Amino acid sequence: MAETPQRPVAHARPLSPHMTIYRWPVTMMTSITHRFTGIGLSIGAVVLAWWLAAVSNGLDGGYGTFMEVAETPLGQLILFGITWSLCYHFFSGLRHLAWDLGYGFDKRVSERNSVLIFALSILSAIAIFALVWTGHAGYLQ
Amino acid sequence: MKSAETPLHRVQGMGSSHTGTKHFWRERVTALALAPLSLWFLYVMMGMVGASVVTPAQYFQNAFNGALMAAFVSFSLYHAGLGLQVVIDDYVHTSGTKIFSLLVIRGALLACWIVSIFSIMRIAIS
Repeated sequence: MAETPQRPVAHARPLSPHMTIYRWPVTMMTSITHRFTGIGLSIGAVVLAWWLAAVSNGLDGGYGTFMEVAETPLGQLILFGITWSLCYHFFSGLRHLAWDLGYGFDKRVSERNSVLIFALSILSAIAIFALVWTGHAGYLQ
Repeated sequence: MKSAETPLHRVQGMGSSHTGTKHFWRERVTALALAPLSLWFLYVMMGMVGASVVTPAQYFQNAFNGALMAAFVSFSLYHAGLGLQVVIDDYVHTSGTKIFSLLVIRGALLACWIVSIFSIMRIAIS
């Protein structure tokens, strides 16, 4: 057996592509956004619990405070974020259910649907707030 | 190498995770229930924008509306628990931190559920 001394090869090996090297495909964005909106909606559930408690306590028992906070710019921003999260998670969730049934795995279809989900969720959230701010909401009063 | 698995363990087919598709399946079932409930929730919330406290109080005194809200809150928080568990499973790898995080998250979601359901029932009987 010939003597072939082992040479250090670590530097010569190709480096596995890492997050900073990948061009982020849109399906990767929808995946991470589905998770982030899910976390956002968990925070939204806390706001909903607060609202329900405020309603049960009545106007003097906290409902007024909730409304004051909700009407501040930060409150509106948070409510818009929760609204968009719900819209996004709704559309993206429907796609997840379709995937579970075996539909929509084609690369082109999947990329098209990803763009569609972003567009639909943003448009829905803007439409909801547009209806609210132009006085077309509040129809249950 | 000869497997050290017992015959029973092998036919159960669960491997080292000890559980099967229960988590996955419950996530889908709650998602399916939440799809129509979310649309109803949006419809109700938009309808109450700018209303005084009387509107939601009267609305949820109706048993049907109160029950739908209780269903939405319950399915949402259960679904949230399943989803957040996956995030913990993915990113927390030490069992002590994992158990602690899951306890904190589930405790918070349970607290949320108790406050919500108690409030809905309080509105209903007021």
